[in-house]
Amino acid sequence: MQERISLTVDGVDRTLDVDTRTTLLDALRDRLGCIAPKKGCDHGQCGACTVLLDGRRHLTCLALAVAYDGAEVVTAEGLGSDGDLHPVAAAFLREDAYQCGYCTPGQICSAVGVLDELKQGHPSHVSEDLEADPEPDDDELRERMSGNLCRCGAYVNILAAVRDAVGEGEG
Amino acid sequence: MSEAAERRTRPVDVSAIGSAMVRLEGRAKVTGTAPYAVEHPTSALTGSDLGAPLQVWLVQSTVARGRVTGVDAREALAHPGVLAVLDHVNAPRLERGGGEGDGPDPELMVLQDAEVAFRGQIVAVVVAETPEAAREGARLVRVGYEPRPHEAELREDAAGYRPDSVNGGMENDTDDGDVEAGLADSDVVVEETYRTPYEHNNPMEPHAVLAVWEELADGPRATLFDSTQGVHGVASSLAPLLGLEKDRVVVRAPHVGGGFGSKGLPHAPEMAAVLAARAVPGRPVSLAVTRQQMFALTGYRTATISRFRLGARPDGTLVAVDHRVLEQTSRLKEYAEQTAAPTRMMYAAPHRHTSHRLVPLDVAVPSWMRAPGEMPGMYAHEVAMDDLAVACGIDPITLRERNEPTVDPETGKPFNNRRLLDCLHRGASRFGWADRPPSPRATQDGDWWVGTGVAAATYPAMVMPGNAARVRAIDAGRYAVEIGAVDIGTGSRTVLTQIAADALGCPTEAVELGIGDTSLPSASVAGGSSGTASWGSAIVAAAQAFRHEHGSSPVVGAETTAAAEDDPEQQNHAMHSFGAVFAEVRVHRFTGELRVSRLLGVYSVGRIVNPATARSQLIGGLTMGLSAALFEESYRDARFGHVVTQDLASYHVAAHADVMDVEAEWLDESDTMATPMGSRGIGEIGIVGTPAAVVNAAFHATGVRVRSLPLTPDKLVEERSR
Repeated sequence: MQERISLTVDGVDRTLDVDTRTTLLDALRDRLGCIAPKKGCDHGQCGACTVLLDGRRHLTCLALAVAYDGAEVVTAEGLGSDGDLHPVAAAFLREDAYQCGYCTPGQICSAVGVLDELKQGHPSHVSEDLEADPEPDDDELRERMSGNLCRCGAYVNILAAVRDAVGEGEG
Repeated sequence: MSEAAERRTRPVDVSAIGSAMVRLEGRAKVTGTAPYAVEHPTSALTGSDLGAPLQVWLVQSTVARGRVTGVDAREALAHPGVLAVLDHVNAPRLERGGGEGDGPDPELMVLQDAEVAFRGQIVAVVVAETPEAAREGARLVRVGYEPRPHEAELREDAAGYRPDSVNGGMENDTDDGDVEAGLADSDVVVEETYRTPYEHNNPMEPHAVLAVWEELADGPRATLFDSTQGVHGVASSLAPLLGLEKDRVVVRAPHVGGGFGSKGLPHAPEMAAVLAARAVPGRPVSLAVTRQQMFALTGYRTATISRFRLGARPDGTLVAVDHRVLEQTSRLKEYAEQTAAPTRMMYAAPHRHTSHRLVPLDVAVPSWMRAPGEMPGMYAHEVAMDDLAVACGIDPITLRERNEPTVDPETGKPFNNRRLLDCLHRGASRFGWADRPPSPRATQDGDWWVGTGVAAATYPAMVMPGNAARVRAIDAGRYAVEIGAVDIGTGSRTVLTQIAADALGCPTEAVELGIGDTSLPSASVAGGSSGTASWGSAIVAAAQAFRHEHGSSPVVGAETTAAAEDDPEQQNHAMHSFGAVFAEVRVHRFTGELRVSRLLGVYSVGRIVNPATARSQLIGGLTMGLSAALFEESYRDARFGHVVTQDLASYHVAAHADVMDVEAEWLDESDTMATPMGSRGIGEIGIVGTPAAVVNAAFHATGVRVRSLPLTPDKLVEERSR
């Protein structure tokens, strides 16, 4: 069964017919040729497929495309502007916060989402005070980034990159 | 001096080598635009537009042993979009005489007969127009079996058989002196069993292939984008089975999302993809192996049982070392992990015995996983050394000082550059070891017991044969430097550019490096921590030969291809790297929850080519070691023969919150006997010793010794209540 949907992907309006079984991840990768979101597990367990969906970080492998007609998707490819890297991506480059690079676009989208959640005062599992504005300390950042696995083991450099971005006022 | 002798590869004058050059593909990776195997447009396969690829889905056996009695594809073929279902009856035939050595690699003989050798084996392959149709088609394929009794449990009381050799072509058993007499004569004896579990490599990019099979005027040709650690190895393994010359199998891998050994050799999915492509000639096919399928089809680390006996004088000086390993292999294909190999060269002792016994089981084929042999073997040895330090009442670093050999205990040759004690001492100073209370269970911080542990690390300094590189002047002082190497995330594209620049005496910007393609000169696998050493040596040899032939102002188009040469002195030395790992852990007094609060590795690995990528590789190895220490275990249900923890929710790997303070550093040195760059490999040594350091720290924190990985809280609590 096919359904027509429209998406804005990295600022470009796209209309496509999708099989109702198609995940948002497969629609992006197989149908729209958008390879920044990665398929690491297809079960919402690794975070490699993370994008910003209507402004919030989201696992596209756990989303059926047909349910997101009209949504705005920003991938790691669409984060920067005018050829400049997004500050979080620039920090990843500077801190060598990746090796194979396969989890990286998801890590970066997740980090951008984390910084926004911190700004908005969302608490996490490790926040001492659920009412106060959370401090973007190492424990908070590690906890909030824990949905994105990195098998190359770049975690300490990823933390450094996210910390850099917080320091630059991104958080 | 003859010209050949004059031309022997000389050490490189370093300039770019040693600088923290940013990865060349870094921008593409952080923007998600670097294409991995199946992400390439199909036009990249052959240069012409082939349209959207057909999708391939694997159907796996649901019995552990038996025969396929029939594959009923009628329902699958009736599903819209399903084009073909291959099984053992209709799949293209492979050449049985086509393998290297003892006949065809049984792992690659996909769909060639009705036999089922393990649960999860490929029994049918579905080709469809979309991934949804392919997956649904696979669900609709009905496979009939005649099951037979199977055996899938590695039993501790199994005798096992003695393989002809172990991984790497090493001896299976070794004997020095008389180990029983040595043990009888010892004042202190530690006799314990150390176990490591099944582990799966789980690179973040699952194995994937984009392939096309073309029937051309001059014969068939297969072209692949593959997620592999060695493009040439894939071509040379697949080609003879397909009845093709090696150059008719074109393999490319510009970016690979990790491998950790699981992509070191081609596995069944690569052949399945090529068979599917061959069934639809001229049409591209895409196979993305699922995370679950990887647990049966792409290799794993076997479980190991190490029975250790250490005999020593009261001061800890070793008299006898006995390491007997029991492990398993698949009945389909033998793989013998060289678990006792490091025991042969690590410490001085007059009496030593090592052996490996293999239990053949009806299970998936085990293979390489980061530091095969060294990782489980040094886990056992280094926890045993900690047990011995406790038994003798001496500091674990002192124990290692007292057993430092002057020559390689295995070969009697001098070491190239053994600096284990330097690593231990520098690490001890950095880590604050001097303040460590000698007794276990001595430090409590709130509800947490705190302790520290140490372990040694080692890894052979390997340079593989069969590497060549090509240098060509392209224009105005620029050079194309080409070799069929692969960057699996190690940074090889970047470090080879640095090496090429220094070997040619030009800036890195003047080097246009080509890798990841079988049309480029032969290169060995990105494995065994040998990639940069082997490929870099070839690049240096080619650059020096190029300069010798074409001078410093070559004409455009001037070209030289040359093979790497080893320093003959390597034959007279034991070539190894060393390291020391320090861990601090905190163990919750009630729950047994364990946190690794600090982890430090200090390494002697020759000259570091790029401190940024090297640090990433070493902390990556330490992190994977932490993960192995605390979490990783593929749980096999022997009743059915498969791994039940077959995804990333149940096969736990370290996540951000598990990894706190991890640091790696290295000694300032250069080893031009190993390579003309002065470097040795760094890909694996970071995982070696790390689980032992964590286990030793947990003992120091709690006084409870756990000897079976992973060190989960239940084991700490259970051991304590005994």
